[in-house]
Amino acid sequence: MTPPTVLRADDLSLAYGRTTVVDSIGLDLPAGQLTAVVGPNGCGKSTLLAGLSRLHKPARGAVLLDGQVLARLPVREAARRIGLLPQSADAPDGMTVADLVRFGRQPHQGLLRQWSEQDQRAVDGALAAADVATLADRRLETLSGGQRQRAWIAMAVAQDTPVLLLDEPTAALDLGHQLEVFELLRGLAAAGRTVVVVVHDLTSACRYADHLVAMLAGQVVAEGAPREVVTTDLVRRLYGVESSVLRDPVTGCPVVVPCGPAA
Amino acid sequence: MPAVLLAVAGITSLLIGSGEVGPGRALHALTGGGDAEASFAVWELRWPRTLVAAGVGAALGAAGAVLQAAARNPLAEPGLLGVSAGASTAVVVVIAVGGSVATLGPYVAVVGALLGCLAALGAARLRGVGDDPVRLVLAGAALSGLLGSLTSILLLVDQRSADEVRFWTVGAVAGRDLGVLAGALPVLLLGGLLVLLVARPLAALALGEQVAAGLGNRPRRARLGAMVAVALLVGGATAVAGPIGFVGLVVPFAARALVGPDLRRALLPSLLLGPVVVLVADIASRLLVRPYEMPLGVVTAIIGAPVLVAVVRARRVPTL
Repeated sequence: MTPPTVLRADDLSLAYGRTTVVDSIGLDLPAGQLTAVVGPNGCGKSTLLAGLSRLHKPARGAVLLDGQVLARLPVREAARRIGLLPQSADAPDGMTVADLVRFGRQPHQGLLRQWSEQDQRAVDGALAAADVATLADRRLETLSGGQRQRAWIAMAVAQDTPVLLLDEPTAALDLGHQLEVFELLRGLAAAGRTVVVVVHDLTSACRYADHLVAMLAGQVVAEGAPREVVTTDLVRRLYGVESSVLRDPVTGCPVVVPCGPAA
Repeated sequence: MPAVLLAVAGITSLLIGSGEVGPGRALHALTGGGDAEASFAVWELRWPRTLVAAGVGAALGAAGAVLQAAARNPLAEPGLLGVSAGASTAVVVVIAVGGSVATLGPYVAVVGALLGCLAALGAARLRGVGDDPVRLVLAGAALSGLLGSLTSILLLVDQRSADEVRFWTVGAVAGRDLGVLAGALPVLLLGGLLVLLVARPLAALALGEQVAAGLGNRPRRARLGAMVAVALLVGGATAVAGPIGFVGLVVPFAARALVGPDLRRALLPSLLLGPVVVLVADIASRLLVRPYEMPLGVVTAIIGAPVLVAVVRARRVPTL
């Protein structure tokens, strides 16, 4: 049985001025799964994510959330259903981890609806999930890059949205913390959320994603379960690199070993 | 703590003056007794200027905090950015054409402040300026200089109103009519209300435009609201007391040191510390060159300029 789709791009084109960056993409992002978006630099991954999160208005087509046109939803309503962690997130000096994570509850608050017990539970849960509970009172600028990154992820988790979009959340992390973040995201997906991550590392994408979307020049060139999609042909086409695609003896996931530039 | 400071500064402002009436006689007058001269000094001279100082200080402190959050720049101060200059130039124009400052002042000043605000932040949007907090201040200084020379030209052209303009373009809270404060009160309250409405989205803006929008805020609308709020507060304050610089820089700086960078938390201390700084500066203005008084705008500059230099000379300007 295929899980119901909650987020869908329907003939979606996104542009900066006259330059089309995402070109008529049709995409179903499966609910309760971890989707990884991969592709070379400048292929439109981040723009696609911004489009899916309604921050980038479609030049053509639409993003549908549970069948509703996303651009027509009230912004606060949309923010209760789609969370976004952009790539270059920057916080002011002096802000603590807990301060930052509390911002994740903004869409759930109103002029009259102030901080609630539910907000506090969500923040505590997010701090624990991202393994930053012990850092809650530390100032962000005193943390390592990896710790800071996890604090931002905790903020996105605290937003408690059915759909969570993250742009390279593992970029600044060492191997151990990369794994932790992916495990965390897998856990969120297993709990029923739709998680979409832009990832650079193809092997991690294969290892952790249920669903892989490969982009090239603003278009989706391959889509499906990693073990069916990732081939030497795809790697050559995306990155211009010759590679061996092996099978992980333990998990059976594809492992991409680059050999050299394609002829 | 800021509330205690405010109470102390307020009472001190009633007790101390540049004239003959010392703290002892003033205290007597304050508690209902005392001679006629002391009563006059306390209730007719010091009480209005204390109220005016408190109102102007609160407005400038809050305006500075909001402007800095909107510009994401700890140096974005209404006096430095040309907001105050815009407001005062507008009022000078009103004086020059023979209008009444008491009735027209606040509204004209708000329009001038808004134009100054838009010009400075517009310049900050230019390529390269927005990235560097100090450049924004340079753009503001250029604008302030331009508006200042405009004022001078008006003074030269129209000798008749020169005295009134001179009295007014030196920022001061002494000798200002409480009626002027009452006239500006609607403008100030409206600005304060608007600040409450935009505080939450502005606070989120500190995390960057994308994150703020992702959290369900509308960054552009929040910034616009912030600019209008700043214009109302600075316009109102300037219409009452003339241009007073550096309060909007020093006050939020101190507030953030107390409670951290979040605008929502820094607002209340800014609102309380604003009057403290203006009152202290005003008290100093009475004492520094007794029996004369130093202009209040000069004293705030003496307090504020070193803070500006200290912030800029810090290893790096803190980001907001």
